[in-house]
This record gives sequence, C-alpha cells and structure tokens, in this order.
Amino acid sequence: MPERASWQVIAGLTGLLVLSSLVWMFQGIGGGNRSFILTLRATKLAGLITVGASIAIATVLFQTVAANRVLTPSIMGFDALYLLLQTLLVASVGITGFAMLDPTLKFLAEIAVMVLLAGLLFGTLLGRGARDIPRTILTGVILGVLFRSISGFVSRILDPNAYAVVQSVSFASFGSINASLLLPGGLIAAGMIAAAFALSSRLDVLALGRTAAVSLGLRHRRMVLLTLALVAVLVSVSTALVGPVGFFGLLVAGLAHGAAASDRHAALLPIAGLIGALILVAGQTIFERAMSQPATLSVVVEFAGGLFFLYLLMKGRIR
Amino acid sequence: MIEIHDLHYRVGAAPILSDISLSLPEGSLTALIGPNGAGKSTLLRLMARLEPLQSGRITVEGLDLATTPTDAMARTLAIMGQQNSVASRLRVRELVGFGRWPHHQGRPRAADREAVEAAIDAFGLQPFAGRFLDELSGGQVQRAFLAMTFAQDTAWMLLDEPLNNLDVAHARALMARLAQLVQDTGRSVVAVVHEVNYAAAWADHVVAMKHGRIVAQGAAEAVLTEDLLSDLYDTPVEVSRHDGRPLVLHHHSHSRIADLSRGRLPDRARLS
Amino acid sequence: MRFAAGLGLAALLALMLVSLGVGAAEISVRQARSDAWTMLVLMESRLPRTLAVALAGAALAVSGTLIQSLVRNRFVGPDTTGTSESAALGLLAVTILAPASPIWVKMVAASFAAMAGTALFIVVIRRLPRREVMLVPIAGLVLSGVLGSIVTWIAWQADLLQYVGVWMSGEFSGVTAGRYELLWVAGLAAGLAWVGADRFAILSLGDGVATGLGLSTASVMRFGLVVVAVVSALVVTTVGMVPFLGLVVPNIVARVMGDNLRASLPVVAASGAGLLLACDIIGRLLIAPYEMPVSVILGVLGALIFLVLLYRRPAHA
Repeated sequence: MPERASWQVIAGLTGLLVLSSLVWMFQGIGGGNRSFILTLRATKLAGLITVGASIAIATVLFQTVAANRVLTPSIMGFDALYLLLQTLLVASVGITGFAMLDPTLKFLAEIAVMVLLAGLLFGTLLGRGARDIPRTILTGVILGVLFRSISGFVSRILDPNAYAVVQSVSFASFGSINASLLLPGGLIAAGMIAAAFALSSRLDVLALGRTAAVSLGLRHRRMVLLTLALVAVLVSVSTALVGPVGFFGLLVAGLAHGAAASDRHAALLPIAGLIGALILVAGQTIFERAMSQPATLSVVVEFAGGLFFLYLLMKGRIR
Repeated sequence: MIEIHDLHYRVGAAPILSDISLSLPEGSLTALIGPNGAGKSTLLRLMARLEPLQSGRITVEGLDLATTPTDAMARTLAIMGQQNSVASRLRVRELVGFGRWPHHQGRPRAADREAVEAAIDAFGLQPFAGRFLDELSGGQVQRAFLAMTFAQDTAWMLLDEPLNNLDVAHARALMARLAQLVQDTGRSVVAVVHEVNYAAAWADHVVAMKHGRIVAQGAAEAVLTEDLLSDLYDTPVEVSRHDGRPLVLHHHSHSRIADLSRGRLPDRARLS
Repeated sequence: MRFAAGLGLAALLALMLVSLGVGAAEISVRQARSDAWTMLVLMESRLPRTLAVALAGAALAVSGTLIQSLVRNRFVGPDTTGTSESAALGLLAVTILAPASPIWVKMVAASFAAMAGTALFIVVIRRLPRREVMLVPIAGLVLSGVLGSIVTWIAWQADLLQYVGVWMSGEFSGVTAGRYELLWVAGLAAGLAWVGADRFAILSLGDGVATGLGLSTASVMRFGLVVVAVVSALVVTTVGMVPFLGLVVPNIVARVMGDNLRASLPVVAASGAGLLLACDIIGRLLIAPYEMPVSVILGVLGALIFLVLLYRRPAHA
C-alpha cells in the first residue's frame, strides 16, 4: 500500500482531475442542445482520460523493464509499429477480407498481433536488461523511422496519389478522438491498468534489475514479457484512439517520479496515471476552450517533451 | 628553449597553477612528474597552446605563444594528447603523413614523403604502415600518433602521458626510443610521466610539481632524491641506484599501510 | 584501385543513361536526334532530372562526410542534425513574412537558418557526456523532431502544410529545366569541400591534433558548416528532404577505403549520386505509371542500412 505522503499526492491529483473534468464538461454551456453537447464532451473526456492514463502507465512499466528513465515505448518505436501493423493489415485487404470485419474485432486482432510482435522485437532487445542503453535507444528511434517509412511505402503502393506528408509528420490528435473504438479501448485499457496494479509488488522486484530479481525468485523472463505485453496493449489502445503521442510519456513519467514520494509501483502507477490524464484534460481544456486551438496541445507536448529529453541527455541522466 | 614566466591558471575560483616560472633546456628529455592533480597536464597543455593563457608568458625558441600564428607554431612545436583513439578510419601511413601538413599545406613533395617513411621506420611501424588504425592494438595506435608528431620535424615535442595504455615492456621501449631520439637528433622532448621510475631511468631533466606549483627542477640526479620524492608523493620512498641511474623503491611496509588505512591518506590522493 | 575507380565511374554513367530512358513517357534515347518530341522530353525533363538527382546525391553525401568529421561521429548526417528542418523553418519564415521575395532571397534565408540549426546542434552535443558515441545521433534526431514539430505547427497555423509537405519529402518528379539549376550551386559547394579535404580529415582527429598541426579549428569548422548548410538548404528547397543518404554513404565508403578524405571524397560523391539515382529509378519503375518518392525508398533502405551499421562488429574485434 502507498504510504501517507503518496496518498496525499494521489488525493490532490484526483481533486485536480475532477476539477478540470468539471470545467471541461460544464464551461460555457448554453441553453439549447445541452444533452448533445454533454454527450459529446463526455465522450471526449473519457477518451482523454483513457489515453492519458494508458500512456503514463505504459511508460512507467516500460521504464521498469528497461531499468532506465529515458526510454519510453514511443521513443522505442512502439506506436510506429502499431501504425505499420494497421497499414499492413489494411494492405492485405483483398486477400483476407480483413477490412470487412467489425471494427471492434479488427481492433482486437490488431492488438493481438501487436502483443506478439512487440514481445518478439522488444523482448529480444531488452530481455536481458539492455547494457548499452544509448545504442538501444538509437536502435529504437531508427526502428520507429523504419516502421513509419514502411507504412508510407505500403500506403503509397496502395494509393499512389496519396498525399505525401501525412505519415511523416503526423501528430496525436487529442482534439478528435476515434469514438468508435472508445468503449472497447477504454475497457481493455482499464483491464490492463488493473493488472498492472495487481502486479505492482512484482514490478518493484523487477525494477531491482535482473540479478536481484532472479535471486529473489522472480521468474524474470516471464515477468519481462508479461510487462511488455501490457505495454503493447496500452500503446495500441492509445494509438488507435488518438495516434502516436511522441514524448508525452517521457514527460509524464518524469513528472510522476518527481511527484511520488517513493518509487514503489503501488504509488507510482496511480500517480503517473492521474498526471497523464490531468495533463490531457487540463491542457485540452485550455487550448480548445480558452485559445480555440484544439490541435495545439500535441505540438506543445511534443516540443516540451523533446526539450525535456535533450535536458536528460545533457545532464547525463541516461543511465 | 621554452621559457615560462610568471604563469598562473585557474578554473573558476580554483587555482590550478600558481606562480610558474621555468626554463626548459634544449636537446634533452624533460619529464614532468608529480602526484595526481599536481597540474602537470595543464602546464603541458598550456605550453601546447591547447588552453588559452590567462596570465604570464610562454615563449618557445623565442616565439611568443600568445602572438605567434598557430600554423607557424606548428613548425616549432609538436604535441601529442592523452586520448588518441579516433573514429577516423585512416591507415598508419596516412596518419603519419598528416604530420607533414604544417610544411606543405596539402601539397606534399618528395622530401615530405621521405620524412614520413623515416618516422614510420623510427617507431617500428613499417609492418603496419598500410593497415587501418582501428585494426591495431592500443599501443600500436599510440606509436602511430607519436610517429606523426615526430614527422612534424619540430625542435620541440610535447607528449601528454605517452605511456598511457602501454604495458611495462612497451613503456620501457618507448622511453628508450625517446631518449635515443633526443640523443641522435638533438630534438627536445617534454613528457608528462606518471610512473616516476621511467623518468628516473631515462629523463635528463626533471620538473617536479605539486599542488599547482613547481617543487623542484633540474638534472634528474639532483631532483630525484629520497626526501624530495617522499614529500612529493606523500609516501615514503627509497632511492637506490641501478645501472648508474636512480631507482625509486616504494615502501610496502605493513605498519605504514596500517597507518594509511586508518585514514591518514595523503590529502591529494582523495581527489584522484 | 584504378580499375575499381573506372568500374565505379562506368556504373554511375550507366545509371545516368538508364535514368534518361525511364519515365512515364515512352521514349528511346537513340531516336533523340531524329525525333523532335523525344529531344524535347530529354532536354526539358529527363536530362534535368538525371542531373538534379546526381547533383543532390553527390552534394548530400559530401556534406554528410563533412558533418561527420565536424562532430567526430559516424552516426550523423545532415538530415539528423536539425540542418534540413532548420532550412525548412527559414524557408517557411520567408514564405510567410515576405512571400514575394525572389528565389535567391529564400535560398539565403534557408541557408542561414540551416547554419543556425546546425550550430545549435553542435552546442547541444558539446554539453553531452563525453565518450557516449550513441548519444550524439540521438540528440540530433530529437532536435530534428523538435524543430520539425515547430515547422509543422507554424505551417498548419498559416495553412502552408502543402508547401512544407513538399520540402519534407524529397522527390524528383517535379524537376524540369529551369527548376533545378540551383543544385549546381550545391554541387559547387561540395566541390569546394574537396579543396579543404585534408583540413577536415585532420579536424576529425581531434582538437589537440589539429592545433598541434597548426590548423585553425574554428575556421575549418565555419567552412564546413557553411558547406553543409548551403547544400542542405538548396536540396530542401529544390527537391525536398532526402533521408539517410548523407549518413549511410560516407559510412560505407569509409568502411571500404578509409577516411583519407582527399582520396575518398570523390568516391563519396560518386556513390551518393549513384545510390540516389538507383533509388530514383526504382521509384519510377515500382508503381509505374505513378511514382514512389525517393525519400520513401531511402527511408526504408537507409534505416535498414543504419541498423546494420549500428550492430556490425568493429573492425578490430
């Protein structure tokens, strides 16, 4: 159980999240069409909270596996892999009739393949505890580029007239959430997050590193793969809902480590999840309502996250 | 002659070198010795114009370091740094060839090519001359860089810890080669030497430094005495003689080690 | 050696000939003298395109070598150091602030912005922990990403996303006579770099060695920066960004013949031209009569080669 100081942080963050959710829901609501607007806003709110919490928890889990505070699933190319998968599955349309499937079924199939691929790829890369962290990061970054390039390549073959930019500079669209997948996505994410909470004491052991974990009797390899599977599912959900999120996870995990009184996962995971949700809800409220620029949040997050990353590199916090 | 006059150097508020005045004689092998953190490398890097002078004056063969253009300086003074692992994929002969750059600025003549081959011979690199640096051992790379410095054909060569990364046999061979080179060609070599016995066995002139100051300088025989070295390194040493040169023996008496382990470490040792 | 050089040159010429013959319009190069229309296609489209590809490839590969020796790191190229994105930023600024400016003003602005961006990269990597070879390219990629996000955001706000899209993805299908000639300047800049080849080779040995040999490191650095920036700016403006070429080609050439730049820079240039020509030809054939942009092909190919370079054994191990 989290200790007292962490409870206070969790309570405070929950209060802030509730507050900004209320502002999001009821700010400037007029007379006509109340219920329509409220439904629309509630849908978006649910989406933002799902994405924020998913990415935050996925990042914390990933950093525990990698034993490193700089690596995140996005930096290592997870969301690019998911996008590539989507493209490839669409490309196989004629052969398998994949596109005819029900969107929810399709989504589940994508997640399943993603878990498999991520386990294979990143399990090999990180399984024994990556020793050469810089090389591992660089590999992930380049893998991300490679996945995006292949996506671009395949979609060009599918549709030669496709507008060239989109894939190379696509950002998360926190302003327009893919509502059709919200319900299944939200449920799946909630399940994964609950699983992560249930595993929190084992994650504490995993965080001690391979040698200590093995010595304490943890089945290290299985735990690594399990954690990576959770990460893969959470990233798939958030990518399906809003697209790739770039440095958002890094930012949130950094803040969570700062805010949490200890690095025990029982405290770290809820704090990270709350911070992730809070940033998206509060940020989107500010940019969409106060500044009427619904698409700006992701660029600001990308920018701030990128600078934070460079700061970590320059401070030598890479180990 | 290298003359250093009233040199002071600090990093931030910390004085690294204070009140250094020196003149280094020509035609000799000079060793800079002293404990870690004494300022040996900093002094050498200042002489090599790798760090900017803060106060004081250094002249090499009458050329003022502060005002002489760097390309002119390169025909009087050659330097070799501590870290000689490079990412460039060069062959040994190409690397040594760059030593002639100050003389030909990109248009090598026959004399330059001869000088390169002579340098390769002088450091026993002929068997590897066509090989890439990244295919060689650390010691061979070190020698290739020395050969480049030698090919520069300058009156002075400044070497920052040239014995780094070398085992005993290679270190001795290198010091012997440097001493021979000074004797045969009349060039002057200044080297930072970490292990005092290499200085004792081969240096003509020794400069002893501690806490950023010169403690003593002069002929090797005069500087390398028991009292001075014990004081310099904060550890008792005995000086014996071997083959007509001083031989420094470190004490390993257990009562003294017990003293040390009780916390009476020399204050400088903690910094290193 | 002579033989290899001859073989390489022959391959490059062959690629150029193929490039003249391949495209949406079916023409035969041999009929050019008798058929006016064929001649027109050749002179107005195919020849300019072939020259543009060759020039851009050669110049990018050379500027990749330069940036690698300036920062003494093998794993960088002009497109992973913020250079290209900065050029796009400068171009975007001129397009918004003074849309009517002549092309050369835009070029100059893009070049200066590229220079500033590369200088920023060098400032950043100087503050990185030493000896961490892999951190330099990571920092460069992230910096490029941050700059790219600024470019995209501004373009989105100013409704110029279409322009930026053209700059961000390199392709040669739009090249005709009159629309590529600035690339000759890029080629010239790369040629100038060859004059300073020894200086760059010495600089990559370290500041200590360079100073010892009497080289003014700051001025070599400035010279290199100017060449890299001008080449990147011109390529981005005329054909768009070409990923990984400037990173991959110098690595492969260095692996085969080393880093004695006086000897290797011409080979780097020829290989860059050859690789880009090959990718461009593939792009024209793959989904004919449509075209695959060369940046998409190099994105895949370059990333794969990069990964191989990252995990190959060092030569001495």
